[in-house]
Amino acid sequence: MQRFINDPDFVVDDTVRGFVKAHGDLVKLADNPKVVAFAQAPIRGKVGVITGGGSGHEPAFIGYVGRNMLDAVAVGEIFSSPTAKSFHDAMKIADGGRGVVCLYGNYAGDNMNVKMAVKLAAKEGLEVLTVVANDDVCSAPPSEREKRRGVAGEIFMWKCGAAKASLGGSAKDVQAVAQKAIDNCRSIGVGLGPCTLPAVGHPNFTIEAGKMEVGIGHHGEPGTHVEPLKTAAEVARDMVKVVLDDHNLPSGTEVAVLISGLGATPTNELYILNDTIDAEIRARGLKIARAYVGNFFTSLEMVGVTLTIMALDEELKQLLAVEVACPAPL
Amino acid sequence: MPGFSNADSGDIVSAIARRIVENRAYLSDIDGLIGDGDHGVNMAKGFSLAAERLRGEARPLSTSLATLGDVLMTEIGGSMGPLYGVMFSGFADALDGVEEIDAPAFERMLRSGLDEVQSIGDAKVGDKTLIDAFAPALQAFSAATAKGESFPVALDALIVAAEKGRDSTVDLVAKIGRAARLGERSRGVLDPGATSCAIILRTLAEGATAKLAGVP
Repeated sequence: MQRFINDPDFVVDDTVRGFVKAHGDLVKLADNPKVVAFAQAPIRGKVGVITGGGSGHEPAFIGYVGRNMLDAVAVGEIFSSPTAKSFHDAMKIADGGRGVVCLYGNYAGDNMNVKMAVKLAAKEGLEVLTVVANDDVCSAPPSEREKRRGVAGEIFMWKCGAAKASLGGSAKDVQAVAQKAIDNCRSIGVGLGPCTLPAVGHPNFTIEAGKMEVGIGHHGEPGTHVEPLKTAAEVARDMVKVVLDDHNLPSGTEVAVLISGLGATPTNELYILNDTIDAEIRARGLKIARAYVGNFFTSLEMVGVTLTIMALDEELKQLLAVEVACPAPL
Repeated sequence: MPGFSNADSGDIVSAIARRIVENRAYLSDIDGLIGDGDHGVNMAKGFSLAAERLRGEARPLSTSLATLGDVLMTEIGGSMGPLYGVMFSGFADALDGVEEIDAPAFERMLRSGLDEVQSIGDAKVGDKTLIDAFAPALQAFSAATAKGESFPVALDALIVAAEKGRDSTVDLVAKIGRAARLGERSRGVLDPGATSCAIILRTLAEGATAKLAGVP
């Protein structure tokens, strides 16, 4: 395939440099070139809120650094966890004297590197609390929720956690609300076409023409099943069903909806999906407080979409409404 | 039982790095079957970075292992960065201050590395990870020396067991890491971590064997 890259081994470095040049009003590069921070970080007296993850998901994770959003992000190679050192450096640059909370996704590498970084920070007297996102319904059954992957629900977790910190919450408050936000999120992905890691050079999985993979992960982790591609309306209904069957929300619950393309799905198709998703959610007696449709958390050039539904209470609704300024279109 | 000199054996680490870099495409290809296809790429990046730092002067095995562990831990990320990082740091710690590496010292080195890996990861034998190559390799080495076999014979046993352990992962269902999400569908494919671990252990054992035979 044709791509705009230089040396495939340095796509992440090249990406981050270009990103910082584009968004210099909001972000800065730390001394560690694999850490992107809010331009004004650290903010004295505010709990630092950070995340980190593999690259290739842009605008996640770096695009969510900003005002009333994340203070710093540790940047990994494509689809690969950042180093413990980068997580640690992100924690340090976000530290405004009231502690740091690291909100990240449930992947083996991230779990290990965050664990090591938390230890490194503790040695220097910096206490770091963590919340692990596990919103991807198809990655494990409800009885093993702790094994589920974190996907686009992380955006709601960051938004709510970061807003709480901006409103003066303590590290424990931020941790608690971020945990509540992700516990209230359920997501599902559907893939129509694979993606290629630049340094590998060929797709790392295949989806046959005319087929779709239901429950696919953010790195192409296989879903629950492959079936013939249906119409957008049918796919939308299936996605809502999987998510809400797992969610089990009482009628009248207010929800926030996030529909994200995976990188190579045209935005208009996301709106086509949203047309039915919106109707299906309302048909189940739920109220949509806010819907986000766009490319928020991608997987290189994967063709596909994820749907995230977060159940809201008053607190989450208020936190979601806090104005932010960050490079991602939030 | 005679051993080999720690001070003169840093080049074994360069050999390990070379073998990993040579297997870059192969490791990524098998990772692509059940993972995301970047194992070889990330491993090659880390090991070649370490080789770069070790280029030039001769160094002891212990400090070379420490450099490799440090580079993997601080520069590589993913899950293999921390896992192999602590493994090589564990190797290095056990050899610190050891002048002549005999079979008991070699065994202590292996055990220290395995302990470190198990302290940050949760994998057990049978979970389809690098532990499936590493744990039986250490066991075979210990068993051979306990039986009174010579150091080189024990090293041979280590290589055989590591590769047998690697091959055993074909029939296993992944229980941990990214491939675990595949469940039954992870069966039938080699585990990339066990494969790279077998390469590392073979190269380490072959290097030790050559040193014991007096090859400079």
